[in-house]
Amino acid sequence: MQISGAQMVIEALIAEGVDTIFGYPGGAIMNVYDEIYKQNKFHHILNRHEQASVHAAEGYAKASGKVGVALITSGPGFTNAVTGLADAYMDSIPLVVISGQVPMSLIGTDAFQEIDAVGISRSCTKHNYLVTDAKDLPRVLKEAFYIAASGRPGPVHVDIPKDVTAQIEEFNYDIEINLETYKPNVKGNTRQIKKAMEAIAKARRPLFYLGGGIINSNAAYEVRELVHKTGIPAVETFMARGTLSYDDDLLISMLGMHGSYAANMAMSETDLVIGLGARFDDRVTGKLSEFAKNAGVIHVDIDPASISKLVNADFPIVGDIKNVVLEMLGLSDLIDADKYKTWRSNIKNFDELHPLTFHEDSDRLKPQWVIQRVGELLGDSANISTDVGQHQMWAAQFYPFTRPRQWISSGGLGTMGFGFPAAIGVKAATPEKISINFTGDGSILMNCQELMTAVEQKLPVINIILNNNFLGMVRQWQTLFYDKRHSETDLSVQPDFVKLSEAFGGIGYRVHTKEEFDAALKDAVEKNVVAFIEVLVERFENVMPMVPSGGSLFNMMLLEKKEKK
Amino acid sequence: MITENSERRVISVIVVNEASVLSRITDLFSGRGYNITSLTVAPIPESRYSRLTIVTSGSVRVIEQITKQLHKLIPVLRVYEHADLVEKEMALIKFPLSENLSDISTLCAAYNGKIVNVGENVIIAMVADEPVRIENFLRVIKKYNPKEIVRSGAVALER
Repeated sequence: MQISGAQMVIEALIAEGVDTIFGYPGGAIMNVYDEIYKQNKFHHILNRHEQASVHAAEGYAKASGKVGVALITSGPGFTNAVTGLADAYMDSIPLVVISGQVPMSLIGTDAFQEIDAVGISRSCTKHNYLVTDAKDLPRVLKEAFYIAASGRPGPVHVDIPKDVTAQIEEFNYDIEINLETYKPNVKGNTRQIKKAMEAIAKARRPLFYLGGGIINSNAAYEVRELVHKTGIPAVETFMARGTLSYDDDLLISMLGMHGSYAANMAMSETDLVIGLGARFDDRVTGKLSEFAKNAGVIHVDIDPASISKLVNADFPIVGDIKNVVLEMLGLSDLIDADKYKTWRSNIKNFDELHPLTFHEDSDRLKPQWVIQRVGELLGDSANISTDVGQHQMWAAQFYPFTRPRQWISSGGLGTMGFGFPAAIGVKAATPEKISINFTGDGSILMNCQELMTAVEQKLPVINIILNNNFLGMVRQWQTLFYDKRHSETDLSVQPDFVKLSEAFGGIGYRVHTKEEFDAALKDAVEKNVVAFIEVLVERFENVMPMVPSGGSLFNMMLLEKKEKK
Repeated sequence: MITENSERRVISVIVVNEASVLSRITDLFSGRGYNITSLTVAPIPESRYSRLTIVTSGSVRVIEQITKQLHKLIPVLRVYEHADLVEKEMALIKFPLSENLSDISTLCAAYNGKIVNVGENVIIAMVADEPVRIENFLRVIKKYNPKEIVRSGAVALER
């Protein structure tokens, strides 16, 4: 059929099974928006900032497992979206972000709202396209969705000049994707997998090191089976939270800079690291030369470039986690779970020595209590998004995650302002779950305009603002490493968060006590509208334990022990 | 493991001949802090591909990362990082006509070259040889007061 480039975009999105997109119109993308107006096959959510559109698409993608889609205009529309692209790139989130561009005849002339968009997005996308002819659009869009979702997922940016969206050409989406240069290896090498399983059978203190790739590969339940069959304890990265259920006996906890003592000690004492979809990031390893010093390394990852990038792998396996773990399960008879009994009890001892906990020793509420309490009250019925900072680490440490895709947070890039729009995307993807955004008094202001989006779209995100009147994580570092010079981190001057929410048509609560918190959360859930719950928490609480930047995992700053009264 | 020796390597990359593919390659190098000593690129005859020859340096780990990261780029078909290859580089050198032309001509001949252009005041000589030999040649001809030197960068083919 002969249709315009703009119509092609719509038809391609429909053909890809897209039901929700996020975006913001503007001059160069108007032809596409005109077609959005005319269709009713998918829903468009109007964010109030392009960065939020991309974060919402990320949240949608992470919660649903589908490709997230955002639509934006040229120039500032695009540059606003760049942070979202970078965030999705770092956390391997499948996105297709379509931007308008000035007409072909104006490209290179410093036209109004012109920017070299593909030049900018090149370094923060998995791939990008500037479409110069509408004839290419069906192929480009099909490739974009395929590239975003396959292999190691990531954002793909498609830049379309305005005249290309007006150009009328033949549209045929029923085409084979033929990318001779892109063929991700999804099946692990069988011999290598066998060798790895033999190494595990020989090991005395093996340890599963579970990463976010498991979630991307939808392999959490297969991984659970493998962990249980082998009886080998597991640590999770920040990105992998929810792979194992919080109450799983074999789950030690999160490892890394703010990981538990037991998890970091297990990693330091293990003789064989079994890395599944994790990338040995600096926040996980601490000082590299001391990381799992006496251990062999099995590293399963779909991205060959992740393997032996930072830590040399003795058993590199390139493949999709799900395929590889299924093959490992087939060989799990090689492994005797009883053999690791002592190892498991050693780890238990570590945990008893320095459990992940906090002291309730101040007049103001402890932020960790708030996280724990939400876990007790909502548990599995909520999906948890976060912003970035102390609250994020506490959420990762203390929320009782029960399933994959329950945890939506900006890991690699650490983007303040991620949480609220992401939680909007999460709610759009999984309306049956309560969408919680744990945030801080710093982060929430970086995308608080999304109150309007959430209210308008009736996406009742509950934002729990852990307010310590500080840019808490930076304040913590200043306290610990900068001799308490709290440079520009004191956020004593603040908006009235309750009124702020109300001004947009949401509801707000200011909470000082446990009773007030319970009542506020209950009320917000019942009312089922957009909410800010501002919790006044202890100002000087630090995230503990902590591996100082560049330190060794086994050398942690620990929570001060207190005598039990 | 951290302090590994940096060594010179030649990497050949076969890429789809499409817009901005060269930027993808060079952005990768600058973005990840890798070196480029020289880079040449030209289309492969009768195909939709181009071949890049990149001379770089780094530790074994860095070189491994470079090849993997290059391969990760969508339009990259193949990455060759072989030690066993035939390598050639060309240089053009402009000399004043007043220099000893027979010396220059003899030297050029020893490096697979010759005088390729003669002007009113200058001559242009060309040599084509292995990059190390080109280095050597350029050192030797210094005394003939070369006015300008252009090097092509290395091209290489695996044996």
